[in-house]
Amino acid sequence: MAMPIAASPKNMGAPNDLGFFGEFGGRYVGEPLIEACLELETAFTNAWADPSFRQEFLDLLNGYGGRPSPTTECANLGEMLGLRLLLKREDLNHTGSHKINNVLGQALLAKRMGKTRLIAETGAGQHGVATATAAALMGMTCTVYMGEVDMERQALNVFRMRLLGTEVRPAMSGSRTLKDAVNEAMRAWVSEVGDTHYCLGSVMGPHPYPWMVRTFHEIIGTEARQQVLDLTGELPDLAVACVGGGSNAAGLFAGFADDPSVRLIGAEPAGGAAAGRGVPAIVHGMKSYFMQDEVGQILEAESISAGLDYPGLGPEHSHLAKTQRAEYYSVTDEEVLEAFQLLSRTEGIIPALESAHAIAWVMKAKDELAGQTVLVNMSGRGDKDVQQVQEILEQ
Amino acid sequence: MSASMTTSNTRSLRGYLTERSASGRLLMPYVTAGVRGDWLELIDACIDAGADAIEVGIPFSDPAIDGETIQQASVVALDAGMTPAQCLSELAKREFGVPLIAMTHYNLVYRYGHERFAADLVGAGCWGTILPDLPLDVAGDWITAANEHDIENVLLAAPVTSDERLVEVVENTGGFVYVVSTMGTTGGRDTVDDAATVLARRVKALSDVPAIVGFGISNAETAVTAAEAADGVIIASALMRRVLNGDSTDDVASLVSEIRVGLDEAYGA
Repeated sequence: MAMPIAASPKNMGAPNDLGFFGEFGGRYVGEPLIEACLELETAFTNAWADPSFRQEFLDLLNGYGGRPSPTTECANLGEMLGLRLLLKREDLNHTGSHKINNVLGQALLAKRMGKTRLIAETGAGQHGVATATAAALMGMTCTVYMGEVDMERQALNVFRMRLLGTEVRPAMSGSRTLKDAVNEAMRAWVSEVGDTHYCLGSVMGPHPYPWMVRTFHEIIGTEARQQVLDLTGELPDLAVACVGGGSNAAGLFAGFADDPSVRLIGAEPAGGAAAGRGVPAIVHGMKSYFMQDEVGQILEAESISAGLDYPGLGPEHSHLAKTQRAEYYSVTDEEVLEAFQLLSRTEGIIPALESAHAIAWVMKAKDELAGQTVLVNMSGRGDKDVQQVQEILEQ
Repeated sequence: MSASMTTSNTRSLRGYLTERSASGRLLMPYVTAGVRGDWLELIDACIDAGADAIEVGIPFSDPAIDGETIQQASVVALDAGMTPAQCLSELAKREFGVPLIAMTHYNLVYRYGHERFAADLVGAGCWGTILPDLPLDVAGDWITAANEHDIENVLLAAPVTSDERLVEVVENTGGFVYVVSTMGTTGGRDTVDDAATVLARRVKALSDVPAIVGFGISNAETAVTAAEAADGVIIASALMRRVLNGDSTDDVASLVSEIRVGLDEAYGA
């Protein structure tokens, strides 16, 4: 059953002309990148208004990406926790995570714009693998920037990208993780902007990226809403997703943003929690909440999960946090490891460490959630993390 | 001309640069605050070597527009504990004979507070700011606060900047237009793109605001090429490379002297 692509919800609509969601977002980039951002905004706006583009995107999502992804009832773990647990199975997508949705959309758009090359940043490697996959499919060349530390943590994904014909370049500056990979990709984009599209992997960066990436992921929430209705006859009480930059959460939340009875919950790593804390920062082309010191230097995040190892979050999440439409909570690495094992053992589903954050929050909040229907976005599968978890557990 | 000759009520970075450029090309060296202990002496040495103004870089953790050299200089300065407040208070204790222009990323200004930052810039001898990640569309609040303290906010123009947008840059910039010579990050290069000359000509065709070229200038030869259609050049990474290599202040300043001589020979002193 293929789902139509719905109109964007009112509570998560388009940002204003300058790319702001409330006070967050914008386009804080150097003059050399302004024209590229404007070109992209125009191209995306036109493409998204074009039914043939949307149909082509949907056909790719379904025929190549493996959509629609199912929603699975987890009776065993649900019973154990005293609630009704439903998982939106983005882990079953081609390349193993939700990332493919955005990447197919952007690659299609890049082709429409006449670009021949993709560049991307990656943390855990999921977005890098997805971009490398789309580049292979579309016959485009591809370079992925990845923090040197992450290249060690996720060696298998580095090899996957190379197998797909992509060049992986280490980001050697700063903490040598996701934040620095973003810096490197943005630097590279400036000098290659003519034939290159920067395929940004989350709902972050300068306008139009936060809006465009969320829009490409709205299919998650659109499908999930209908599937939960089909399964249970009513809306869930909560929609829960992990948040690093926040793309899978944005896609899920979009499906329920206009349903006031549905609580929207973002689970952040304790070492990278940024939502709603202190004053916002301006970095990576946007104004949003970031972990920063008292003078405004951006701090390094620390998380067991390379994909959430980011000190900020997308501007629309900052807006949702500030307006209290969504709630954001943090979970510790220990809680995540426990969730990772428990879901594997009770449901036969090995989650990505990123997605295990959402499960960890549900476990932690189970008393308050007793008897409720909880929809969790299983944003990715855990194969890539098995070795890392094995090493940690055997220590 | 000495900066101390003018008061905060009458000073004008644009006026100063326009007057200076009447008799030759302007030379604006860049120094990262705190890149080493004697960074203030480094500024003095650059002025003695013929600088018309100095760009003072306040280091930021995530300098997205900077190439490897300025990134490294920023890391060194941050590791040494440099902060915006310390930078401005150290500058405030000295008298420099030329205007200073603070260059940093916008988050440090936002966090410091527009009003307070503008006021402290004045005390530090700064006449302007360069905030490369604050394009004109979102610069309004800062420009308003800055102008109240006679701080001029310099906007950048890039080779890809459209004609329509360039008009806005020229109309809204303070002090001068920072002509980005190339589509890339900061960093010394062996040659300077024709794009610098083309862009400088486009700016000059629109306005008499000074146009100063930066990014990629590494020596007298590239400076002379870059300055052809412009009013002057900025030299940053090539200087900081020498500093990071541990060169003496004299050796760093000698590069400024060489460029000064090169510009004066080519375009008159």
